[in-house]
Amino acid sequence: MNASIGRLAAMQLRYWYLLRASWPRLVELIYWPTMNLVVWGLLSVWFSENRTTPVGIAGTLLAAVMLWDVLFRGQLGFTFSFLEEVWSRNVASLMMSPLQPAEFVIALMMVSATRLIVGMTPVTLLALLLFGFNIYSLGFALVAFFANLALTSWAVGMVVSGLILRNGTGAQSFAFSVMMLLLPVSCVYYPVSILPMWLQPVAWSLAPTYVFEGMRAALIDGVFRADLMLEALALNVVYLSIGFAAFMLLVQSARQKGVLLTLGE
Amino acid sequence: MNQIRSFSGAGYEIVDRPVGPGGSYDSSPVGATPHEPSHYPRLHATLKATPAVILENLTKKYKSFYAVDDVSFFVPEGTIVGLIGANGAGKTTTIAMIMGLLIPSYGSVRVLGHDMTRARHKVLKRMNFQSPYVAMPAQLTVRQNLNVFGRLYGVPDLKARIGELTDEFGLGELLNLETGRLSAGQKTRVSLAKALINKPAVLVLDEPTASLDLDRAEWLRGRLQAYRSQHQSTILLSSHNMLEVEQLCDYVAIMSSGRLIEIGTPAELLRWYQCGRLEEVFLYISRCGPRLEPTAPYDAAVQLSGRRPPRDEPPLDAD
Repeated sequence: MNASIGRLAAMQLRYWYLLRASWPRLVELIYWPTMNLVVWGLLSVWFSENRTTPVGIAGTLLAAVMLWDVLFRGQLGFTFSFLEEVWSRNVASLMMSPLQPAEFVIALMMVSATRLIVGMTPVTLLALLLFGFNIYSLGFALVAFFANLALTSWAVGMVVSGLILRNGTGAQSFAFSVMMLLLPVSCVYYPVSILPMWLQPVAWSLAPTYVFEGMRAALIDGVFRADLMLEALALNVVYLSIGFAAFMLLVQSARQKGVLLTLGE
Repeated sequence: MNQIRSFSGAGYEIVDRPVGPGGSYDSSPVGATPHEPSHYPRLHATLKATPAVILENLTKKYKSFYAVDDVSFFVPEGTIVGLIGANGAGKTTTIAMIMGLLIPSYGSVRVLGHDMTRARHKVLKRMNFQSPYVAMPAQLTVRQNLNVFGRLYGVPDLKARIGELTDEFGLGELLNLETGRLSAGQKTRVSLAKALINKPAVLVLDEPTASLDLDRAEWLRGRLQAYRSQHQSTILLSSHNMLEVEQLCDYVAIMSSGRLIEIGTPAELLRWYQCGRLEEVFLYISRCGPRLEPTAPYDAAVQLSGRRPPRDEPPLDAD
């Protein structure tokens, strides 16, 4: 694939113009993760003051909520950026331009990453300021966690965006709800061992589970589990391949059914 | 000799038409033979250049409904071809297939030599499009939209090009306004500016002067003719404005119920149907059908493919 840097840059510019012109969109990037942080931060403060609470649980909860937001907001960033084109009835214009579907996917991934950095960086600093928790103390492990969670979020985003493209705005509720399916089985706030035995294989089939287990190992045991990160990466390669293939098939189906001209109405 | 009324725009005129046996109207135009050959160029080796757009047996079928039914014609390079028809005739569907936005059920469409079903990305950089069904992001300003689309099309020296378009289309006061806040006419001017940003070799326009006042519409037609002359580009436009099509187009293709039913130069159509205006031709065809045995489009189809597509072949767009 010979992606054009110029076309990728054009799409980044398009979303940057949007963010710059709309302060509610900019504020929203930071607002929700901040609210999550405050709620869970206060909860973890209470835990840390409770002598019966295991040591390190406060920091674990804060890290979990921030990393969950990476996963959740990463997918929202991808899908919402796609939905901006749907809502502005611009999908047909893009599909009739030299922008190839694969380039469009790469552009959405880049925008999602930008939104994550813009939204989550202030939140991590707030965690340090308000609750004395420095997530950057994880070092390289944080990069591995962030990368793997972002990859999973983009794979999900590709499928959701493809469904919206093919089925219209009626499918856009998936953008808000699909990640919630992963929340209980990705073991964000608790270890896999807490789950019923029959559910544990399901949890281990999800890349985010490896990330959250790795996070707990790093924070509680002080160990960086590279094996867990590599397994997460391997699963993400599969998910991304499936997500990309699904998106391309759904684009093709949308072209066959003739829904692109009316998308957004 | 019975008389029928034909609508001439300002009112009704009484026109003599011969009535055939059984009292039915003879659809042959007075004074012309049914088999008079069209001067629409035939697609064969004597053409100096490959046509810019070739449609061969183009068909789009939704379940049992044929939105476009076995349409074959071509758009010679450097010409302006008008595609006219009533609502639901298949114009927008045809245009969507030409732009590669819709996959045909049968047949093919080639633009500048490339199959738009399989290799459209090789040619999209040299095409552009304008339609009232497609909007630009409303929250972006006019300048920002032109910036983004200019980069998508890889326009060199984009700032200067936007400056040229600003002067040509009178966008000076609009550049820093959000596109969503423009009037319908302003949006049309902006979308046309965007359609010309990459100086396309093939320009496809869907109702280009809709929402424009008479002055602006006249000015725009002049711009399109100047653009064609300057760049030797090819323009395919669909329109309900018959006067515009008559003034602007080198050839006119008339669609009805998904089929191409007539094609020729405006002068030929007026002569064949003994009408003074193209809208009278259109109304006549709507009521009485085309000339007997229209030759040009089907001759072109036979020359190109040698056969009509059998309906029981597997469609190209089968899931």
